[in-house]
Amino acid sequence: MPLLSVHDLRTHFHTRNGIYRAVDGVSFSIERGETLGIVGESGSGKSVTCYSIMGLIPQPPGRIVSGTAMFDGVDLLHCSPAEARAIRGKRVAMIFQDPMTSLNPYLRISEQLIEPLLIHEKISRRDALSRALAMLDAVGINDAAKRIHYYPHEFSGGMRQRVMIAMALITKPEVLIADEPTTALDVTVQAQILELIKKMQRELGMAVVFITHDLGVVSGLCDRVQVMYAGRIVETADTRTLFHAPRHPYTRALQRSIPALQSKGVELYTIPGLPPDVSKTIPGCAFAPRCEFASARCTGGVPELTALSPTHSHACLRVQAGEI
Amino acid sequence: MSDTILQLTDVKTHFPITQGFLLKRHIGTVKAVDGVNLTVRRGEVLGLVGESGCGKSTLARTILQLVPTTGGTVVLNGRNLADSSARELLAARRDLQMVFQDPYASLNPRMTVFATLAEPLFVHGVCPPAEVPARVAELMRVVGLAPRFMQKYPHEFSGGQRQRIAIARALALEPKVIVADEPVSALDVSIQAQILNLLAQLTKQMNLTLIFIAHDLSVVKHISDRIAVMYLGKIVELGLAADVIDRPRHPYTRALVSAIPTPNPDIERNRQRIVLAGDPPSPINPPSGCAFHPRCAYARAECRNAVPPLVADSPDREVACVRLSEIS
Repeated sequence: MPLLSVHDLRTHFHTRNGIYRAVDGVSFSIERGETLGIVGESGSGKSVTCYSIMGLIPQPPGRIVSGTAMFDGVDLLHCSPAEARAIRGKRVAMIFQDPMTSLNPYLRISEQLIEPLLIHEKISRRDALSRALAMLDAVGINDAAKRIHYYPHEFSGGMRQRVMIAMALITKPEVLIADEPTTALDVTVQAQILELIKKMQRELGMAVVFITHDLGVVSGLCDRVQVMYAGRIVETADTRTLFHAPRHPYTRALQRSIPALQSKGVELYTIPGLPPDVSKTIPGCAFAPRCEFASARCTGGVPELTALSPTHSHACLRVQAGEI
Repeated sequence: MSDTILQLTDVKTHFPITQGFLLKRHIGTVKAVDGVNLTVRRGEVLGLVGESGCGKSTLARTILQLVPTTGGTVVLNGRNLADSSARELLAARRDLQMVFQDPYASLNPRMTVFATLAEPLFVHGVCPPAEVPARVAELMRVVGLAPRFMQKYPHEFSGGQRQRIAIARALALEPKVIVADEPVSALDVSIQAQILNLLAQLTKQMNLTLIFIAHDLSVVKHISDRIAVMYLGKIVELGLAADVIDRPRHPYTRALVSAIPTPNPDIERNRQRIVLAGDPPSPINPPSGCAFHPRCAYARAECRNAVPPLVADSPDREVACVRLSEIS
């Protein structure tokens, strides 16, 4: 049985300008110890998927229209607030994109680090502090005994992200959701943080959901990858298959448009047009208007995610029909 | 191809740090750019890479004289901009334009596309007022925007389209040199590819010289002829683009190149990554000697004593490392 299994999640935002279908029918599951990458451009619904699981969607304007997220027999989307609180921050933890704004500037690092422990475990402040200290050491902050009493502004971006990771991992969660944890960081610091996440995953045996727009980061870190477009998953496969034999036209187009995979100086492939407006109902495949292979059938009905092999599925009618 | 259009000699840009409101006491100096020598050839694309805080944006602003230079000379077409008067600078900026990182912040939200693109034409009086609308339409076509959008405001465009407007604005005066400071960092991959193609095509067509600043090495390698790597206000390595990325020589460049994740799982799984310890040091109080020595795996006592000069290693490569011959 998978550790976390999300089925048919739909999160819509009701605004004055209409209903934004940010996530529109997403299903996936993750096993213990596995790393799942979620890739997509801005607005594809990858963050909203994870915010929904964590119960961080402001309601209103957001509304979880349908779906279940089963974690150890509990549906995270429909359980009581007390049940959710017992799991969130304890067994399922999250790291956010921007380490500059996700720490409380008024509180010392020590206060923020021990907060999850004081809430979730029967532990004295003194013991909590010593665990926090050990955790800071584990995430590679030198001189932790002194630095634990600093305020967030006294740390650099990479250090703050380490503190965020320490805070998320201090309760030894079973699932870690990382929402673009390295996007705001420099490449050399990004390399440090990715190594750290890998190391902590090995030590704690947790499952990691890693959200990013950078295909390079995914290739080294994730066991499986799913590609999102306009609130849906368009392709999911193990990492090697996705990079070597992508099937969905959107995945292929993405790979052809990044300079790292092309020989130097050649003209890059560009996807014509713009990502669709998710406030309008899109008939059929959301990528069809920008797709070079689109035919009349593509706008007829929404293509379902269909398995090509046990580990590889995609949502393209024409590939399923064997036409491309 | 090889004649020089822009020559930087020992350029320094320092910012004072002051404390107090009325009696501003001088308590330190941020050496954002600290002794950069760089020759930019006519018609080339020069990539400038480095981590945040290494001074690449300040160097860009120094080239355009948007910040005052502390020392050294910036010579464009034989004229030193560092000691030019405001009037001379205005004239020089016809040849020297800039594209900024954030297309959401660099366009005036209360000016239509027409007003934005016409302003430089009026300021410099490059064409008779009657011809301005035709020239603006022409500029919009060059960057791939339909001229019928001329009367729209920036908020009506997407990020990629706004960056096209910013590029059109830079092209309005037919400059010889464009400095682009992270022009694609704020954009999604599919849009990034469009802007990169546009910049590559424009530099070829109009024989522009482009100084392209980015932190994404694969993007810089793709578009540049030569790459300069900066660390803490100094250039540590300079060479042909593919060569610098594929065969980095300076220990910092090696670490930087090895830190970029490649979108190829087979390579990515088996590679030995050089993970640098710690963060880049503060430019307020840089380490003595070679600024990279506290994080360098090859550092020796001699690295701590003197600042290594940028010396030619081969005809197309300059590296600032004293131990270069021993470590490669």
